[in-house]
Amino acid sequence: MFVLCIFLPLIAAFVAGLFGRLIGDRGAQYVTCGALILSALISPFILYDVALLGHARDVQLVTWIASGDLELSWALKLDALSAVMIFVVSVVSALVHVYSIGYMSHDPHIPRFMAYLSLFTFAMLMLVTADNFVQMFFGWEGVGLCSYLLIGFWYHKPSANDAAIKAFLVNRVGDFGFALGIFGTFLLFQSVSFADVFQAVPGKAEARLHFLAWDFHAMTVLCLLLFVGAMGKSAQLGLHTWLPDAMEGPTPVSALIHAATMVTAGVFMVCRLSPMFEYAPLALNVVCVVGAATAFFAATVGLCQNDIKRVIAYSTCSQLGYMFFAAGVSAYGAAMFHLYTHAFFKALLFLGSGSVIHAMSDEQDMRKMGGIWRKIPYTYAVMWIGSLALAGIPFFAGFYSKDTILEAAFGAHSGVGLFAYALGAFAAFLTAFYSWRLLIMTFHGEPRADHHTMEHVHESPWVMLVPLFCLAAGALFAGYVGYNAFVGEGRVDFWQKAILVLPQHDSLESAHHVATWVKLLPLVMAVSGIALAYVFYAYRPDLPGIVARRFHGLYLFLYNKWYFDELYWNVLVEPALRLGRVLWKGGDGAIIDGLGPDGIAARTQGLARRASLLQTGYVYHYAFAMLIGVVLLVSWYLLTRSGL
Amino acid sequence: MGGFPILTVTTFLPLAGVVFILLQRGDDATVARVSRWAALWTSLATFLLSLFIWAGFDPSSAKFQFVEKVNWLQGFNINYYMGVDGISVFFVLLSTLLTPLCILASWEAVHARVREYMVAFLVLETLMVGTFCALDLVLFYIFFESVLIPMFLIIGVWGGPRRVYSAFKFFLYTLLGSVLMLLAILAIYREVGNADIPAAMAHGFSKGMQTWLWLAFFASFAVKVPMWPVHTWLPDAHVEAPTAGSVILAGVLLKMGGYGFLRFSLPMFPDATIYFTPLVYTLSIVAIIYTSLVALAQEDMKKLIAYSSVAHMGFVTLGTFTLTMQGIQGAIFQMLSHGVVSAALFLVVGVVYDRMHTREIARYGGLVERMPKYALVFMVFMLASVGLPGTSGFVGEFLVLVGSFQANTWVCFLAATGVILGAAYMLVLYRRVIFGTLVRADLKSILDMNMREIAVFAPLILLVFWMGVFPNSFLKPTEPAVAELIRKFNTQRTAAIVEMMPAAGATEARP
Repeated sequence: MFVLCIFLPLIAAFVAGLFGRLIGDRGAQYVTCGALILSALISPFILYDVALLGHARDVQLVTWIASGDLELSWALKLDALSAVMIFVVSVVSALVHVYSIGYMSHDPHIPRFMAYLSLFTFAMLMLVTADNFVQMFFGWEGVGLCSYLLIGFWYHKPSANDAAIKAFLVNRVGDFGFALGIFGTFLLFQSVSFADVFQAVPGKAEARLHFLAWDFHAMTVLCLLLFVGAMGKSAQLGLHTWLPDAMEGPTPVSALIHAATMVTAGVFMVCRLSPMFEYAPLALNVVCVVGAATAFFAATVGLCQNDIKRVIAYSTCSQLGYMFFAAGVSAYGAAMFHLYTHAFFKALLFLGSGSVIHAMSDEQDMRKMGGIWRKIPYTYAVMWIGSLALAGIPFFAGFYSKDTILEAAFGAHSGVGLFAYALGAFAAFLTAFYSWRLLIMTFHGEPRADHHTMEHVHESPWVMLVPLFCLAAGALFAGYVGYNAFVGEGRVDFWQKAILVLPQHDSLESAHHVATWVKLLPLVMAVSGIALAYVFYAYRPDLPGIVARRFHGLYLFLYNKWYFDELYWNVLVEPALRLGRVLWKGGDGAIIDGLGPDGIAARTQGLARRASLLQTGYVYHYAFAMLIGVVLLVSWYLLTRSGL
Repeated sequence: MGGFPILTVTTFLPLAGVVFILLQRGDDATVARVSRWAALWTSLATFLLSLFIWAGFDPSSAKFQFVEKVNWLQGFNINYYMGVDGISVFFVLLSTLLTPLCILASWEAVHARVREYMVAFLVLETLMVGTFCALDLVLFYIFFESVLIPMFLIIGVWGGPRRVYSAFKFFLYTLLGSVLMLLAILAIYREVGNADIPAAMAHGFSKGMQTWLWLAFFASFAVKVPMWPVHTWLPDAHVEAPTAGSVILAGVLLKMGGYGFLRFSLPMFPDATIYFTPLVYTLSIVAIIYTSLVALAQEDMKKLIAYSSVAHMGFVTLGTFTLTMQGIQGAIFQMLSHGVVSAALFLVVGVVYDRMHTREIARYGGLVERMPKYALVFMVFMLASVGLPGTSGFVGEFLVLVGSFQANTWVCFLAATGVILGAAYMLVLYRRVIFGTLVRADLKSILDMNMREIAVFAPLILLVFWMGVFPNSFLKPTEPAVAELIRKFNTQRTAAIVEMMPAAGATEARP
């Protein structure tokens, strides 16, 4: 039955994708939603059986690749980590599937959309249940493919196509690191199975690996290479540029892939590989610093964006940063906890914003919204719940997980831990600010949309609202329910062998004993962020403009997202294209063709031109060459024979 | 299979079709129709027959199987000697699979001289299968070189506007290599005393001789693969060749170079192989990065795919010379995968070329609106070319890179960048042809694929996924042969080192 839970989405994708025209839009929706709901219903049993009853196991399906020492199988590794992920992925995915029935109701390509969504879910489930690096890589690239397909779903939009290709390529850069990490792991351990590798890690803790021109501490370089993959998939600073652009895809896609599940794969990977990272302290520090920097960077950019989805996208990027610095201080449980709560409230925010966009006749610019809260009260309510959870207001889901992360960072008592705590706490302030900026700009104040649009503002249908309510329930209660198991007293029993934390790294333990001000600071930051947002956008609406003018340089810097896109375009993309053209015309055309075979070509060309008048000239040439061969062979034979 | 000479029958069965076609008399239309059907049925029968080779092949043995040895040239020690091992068996199958597909693909595209066209393809099939089965140097040489004749005609007669230039270039390049290879074969014959390939493998040539022989073979195989910088004939040949010609060229002929390295260079000249490995690495990496960048700049669909072929074949040469289990098995797998995927991509281009008579990328756009089936098929092969896990393209690249990481991390690092570039040019191509809005008036009435075209692609799609999800059905039979190759390579190496201790240090080229 558990195998069915993983493969149902694949079957549904297959049916909806290939027979979409046969079964119609309705049929495709029933098949995919039915399969996904079934998966989502099975998933709690997996979580219960595997994590709570402790029946972790490894289901081997069939051999995949075997070459020499390299042997790996298609397998389902079921332990607490993968069970949590299966639960999150299948539940959120099922809700998004249902929501899509309403959201995409006017689209002409419904079966294709549903098939992509289901295929994505399957790839994601393969990723999380992998028992070896290569299957994880399969899922990794598979979700990347679906992300590419779904971002570019509206293929007639050039911006969507650009964004899709960008997402795929930036992820490829990350995968480049991931793949090198896999190769290195195989070289060091002669295996790519998690179980074998993890078992052998302590014995190789001090091993060296020759990579490029240097001798490195093996575990550090492997973990860093693998982490490059995680950075790409989870949009961490440097490889984050694709995520905001990915908002070109339909909103349900943003909710499922670019908020709740796929982008968290990097976090999952670091947690899954905790037995390796624990022996690479330097790599952990890098993870921590990158995570903290991203949390801060993305929050600052989120302040100045006007597209409602982009604000939430940067918020996602920033929250992923939190998860990473949690993992970086060995608080893997906290990282997974935030992943799990974040999946609910961020999917809620995205689907909520989708409901707003739906109501506003596909308008995404917050400057053209406002004054609609009475017209769409349910959406308004769930957006509040999502924002409260995101800001970490007590008793909402985000409060438990985010505070735990910050406490663990502080509790690690290391330089990078404090750095992460400081940036994280400040980012909490920014998070609250931009969340309420979003709420106020979207729902309150004078209506800034045109008359026509305002007349059409309507609450979404039930098929969209019910998933919103379910997610809202998650955003309300998920934190409270999961706290004990993920990061509290029960965490050792819950995670069992799925996560390894060396005793000297146990920051979660010390997180429970930090000073009170450490625990209170994030909340103070959040509340003041909310308050400031009210001052800026509700009481003194002229203030943002004044500030933007006063700090014009800073504003432009943030508005243009720290100029990462421009940098990459000018430094990488453009030169590559130019180089390609130069190599083609110059290298192939002028040098190789011009000089290389010139000795033969130039002279025979004239001959050939004359010969080309007779079509058969070439055959003649060729036959002649063959003839020379035969003559040589025979004469040589005669010579040697006469010699005998 | 007992005493049934299955390899010989598979090799020469297409010639029976040739005879039948040549005997046809009547008006052009009838002859053309009969030729098409006769060619199709002959090639299908050949394919079915070749399946028996696979079925009867013992995957646990490293030996040559289905061996046939008949004294051919009395007193010359030159035999008609055929046999397949794990390295060659799938290339035979690849050849017999692609030929009927090519004939199907040319069904409507070729109007002129249909009879000759079909004959050319059937002859080509015989020669290709023969090349992979031959175990005698002279026999191999005859097959290997004769392949060029029908190919040359196919480009030169049924090709595009610049076919003469391209056929000429193709000819010049290959001739250069083949003359040197002939000399090398003569030298081997003189040294060993007969032309048996297995005997030459076991011979153990002196070091100096290895170097020269290796270079002579290299000249021929490097052009075939093609390796940078002798690759420039390929884009031109592809662009001018008719679709089916490109399919065979990319699908099978390029593989002869890679096969040659595995059959001759590695087992016969191990010391020279070690000595020249850095050279091959360098050329492979340049090929991967350089041609990927060039592919980014292409405006012609076929040219783009041709350049991508050079890059993908760079992985093959790279994997071969890593001399690791994964590297060599990966190289073989990559060749098979590329044989399917690049062949399919040329067919994909052929589909729209048949309709619009242009290969210029900019002339297309938004095809998905009118041709959803086509878009799906193109997508599958585009992703396989990109090396997405779950498709055949991934397994080969992955194994090659695993192998190269063990050999040299720099090499692996640089080669892996090709994976990023490969994704770039294929995605951009797909986007420009398939996505976007359909604005051109002449595209508005374009038709989606018909049943014949679907029948051509269906087996290839099946293979792409089969090779991606259960690659072991193809890796397992190659394993004993490759293991044996590496084992022999190492023993011969050690023998050589023991023999000439003082000189050994100089060949330790790699860390």
